[in-house]
Amino acid sequence: MTATLERGLNALREQIDAPVASFFTSCVSCGLCAEACIFYRETEDPKYTPIHKLELMRRIWSNEFTLLGRLKSMVGLGRKVTEQDLKDWEELVYDSCTMCGRCTMVCPVGNDLAMMIRKMREGMSGSGHAPVELIGAAERHSDYGSPMGELHPALHAQIKHAETETGIPIEMNKEGADYLVILSAGEIRDYPEVIGAMAKIFKQAGITWTISDDGFEATNVGIQLGNRDVARTLVSKVVEAAEKLKVKGIISPECGHAYQALRWEGPNLIGRSYDFEVVHIIELLDRLRAEGKLKTKGKASGKITFHDPCQINRRGGINREPRNLLNMVADDFVETEDAGTMNWCCGGGGGVGANERAADLRFKAFNRKKRQFDAVGAEKIVTMCAYCHHTLEEQLELHGDEETEVIGLAEMIGEYLDDEA
Amino acid sequence: MNNPYFDLLMWARGPGFDIALTIMVGGILLRVVEILVLGRKRDLATAKGSPVGQGVKTIFTRSFPRKGLVPFAPITYIGGYIFHIGFAIAFLFLGAHIALIDGLLGLSWPAANRAIVESATALAVIALFALLYTRITDPVRRALSTFGDYLVWLLSLLPLVLGYVAVNKLFGDPTLMMALHILSAEALMVAFPFTKLMHAVTFLMARYYNGSIQGRKGAES
Repeated sequence: MTATLERGLNALREQIDAPVASFFTSCVSCGLCAEACIFYRETEDPKYTPIHKLELMRRIWSNEFTLLGRLKSMVGLGRKVTEQDLKDWEELVYDSCTMCGRCTMVCPVGNDLAMMIRKMREGMSGSGHAPVELIGAAERHSDYGSPMGELHPALHAQIKHAETETGIPIEMNKEGADYLVILSAGEIRDYPEVIGAMAKIFKQAGITWTISDDGFEATNVGIQLGNRDVARTLVSKVVEAAEKLKVKGIISPECGHAYQALRWEGPNLIGRSYDFEVVHIIELLDRLRAEGKLKTKGKASGKITFHDPCQINRRGGINREPRNLLNMVADDFVETEDAGTMNWCCGGGGGVGANERAADLRFKAFNRKKRQFDAVGAEKIVTMCAYCHHTLEEQLELHGDEETEVIGLAEMIGEYLDDEA
Repeated sequence: MNNPYFDLLMWARGPGFDIALTIMVGGILLRVVEILVLGRKRDLATAKGSPVGQGVKTIFTRSFPRKGLVPFAPITYIGGYIFHIGFAIAFLFLGAHIALIDGLLGLSWPAANRAIVESATALAVIALFALLYTRITDPVRRALSTFGDYLVWLLSLLPLVLGYVAVNKLFGDPTLMMALHILSAEALMVAFPFTKLMHAVTFLMARYYNGSIQGRKGAES
């Protein structure tokens, strides 16, 4: 459907529900959300104040969803949202917000600002005011099954490589397996070691698993772009693949927004609850640890720290699990300041990393993470999101650090797995 | 009864108060219904934590600042606490106010010592000026602030100042000052449902929603 102003405004109207109305009603312009925002804190530009990024949606709510606003609009006093407004706000909504949700945690009246940005993006993309990279990724995802284009050949090659490396056969499209594993495009392209790691871990734990040719891509650009139709189509592919193979569960990979898309938004996008479980890979590994089915041998030496992906910890509730696991394999695990629920975003999430226009801002935002990593003197940074992994590597290099290693947690557990257990 | 302001005081205490109370209560109900009728779609994702429990919990826990944030906005945090607590003490623990509430709702409680009420009032006024200062000088708050924000600041200030002046007979005719104090409180009541003062009611909903959204995911809030 063609993006138009009216379509965008209608999409915004559809997003206004009781929580949104209560949030806008409660805001007292205290500005504390700015203090939680990485883009404001690293630039000190007031335009990056989270509640300001939502001004257009607030205006629609005020004009059309409140009695006083409606009366004002009737006499021509309500300030309307124009095409130019949407154009002006594109940078604020897409370039300077990763939907990391720190602002949501500090708002004294309890406004969930990150959730509202997610909603506002529906209106922005509906009106055609979204970054070209995200629109392009959505088109490639719909046409070829992945935001990076056709990935089937790469996936098959990586699986074959993992089989050779580990000596463990990986059966594709296996009906009745315990779990369907899905991967992010970034893992297939840049961090395929996780496939071999899972093969070893699941063999030790006695778990059967498979990968489907019909639905292997975990990323969901519809969530980042703010397009429910795209998001629904992409979630449906994975859900249908799981149902076809009659698996007990889907393992959501190390990818922040993929976890949000499948675990939390997915059932609401497709309009029904799942008959299977969705578990994040790190959640599952910690469960196996607790059940005594995950045995490791030895520990990595040197100072190691952990970067919490916002969508998995703050917005996803997986906080203790990675720490339990990391303590199994790290000799000297140190936390950075604010680690855990209030961790600072890497600056690449929510589609910001794909957005070329945001490159300078992303660089500035990362200064905070760099200072935090430097303060603990970590030699290795472990994380549990492929996009955080990519952003950390990219930004460390841009900030002149070519020494610090970045690694995914599942891959690291795989490295220290006790093969004889 | 030759005081020329006596009639004004009587109007403020009688019909004026009734009008203001009606508008405030009716307006609040209207605004709350206006929010609730928008509804909220049932969340189909299987809950990991407790949405209701955490929603209720967050109503209370969000009253405390997130660790480490106070130094970045000390006036907003400290001024905010002093104003809200000071205003609440002045409003709820002055004998005359308790008598008013008793007459309306049949509920009463012991009044606080006058020195406590007056100190709380003075501190609340000082806090309001500090908050105004940061609203004007801090670039973030200045950019966010609208006419409505300054209006509610004034509406919050006047009853405190005029009440203090009237009770202590600091200046002006005490009857007039008392009438103006009551009228300023009524202005606050009338404006309440239609301005950001509504946050004093809807924060309960906003905090609940925030906690329940996060709680469903088993995430902190």
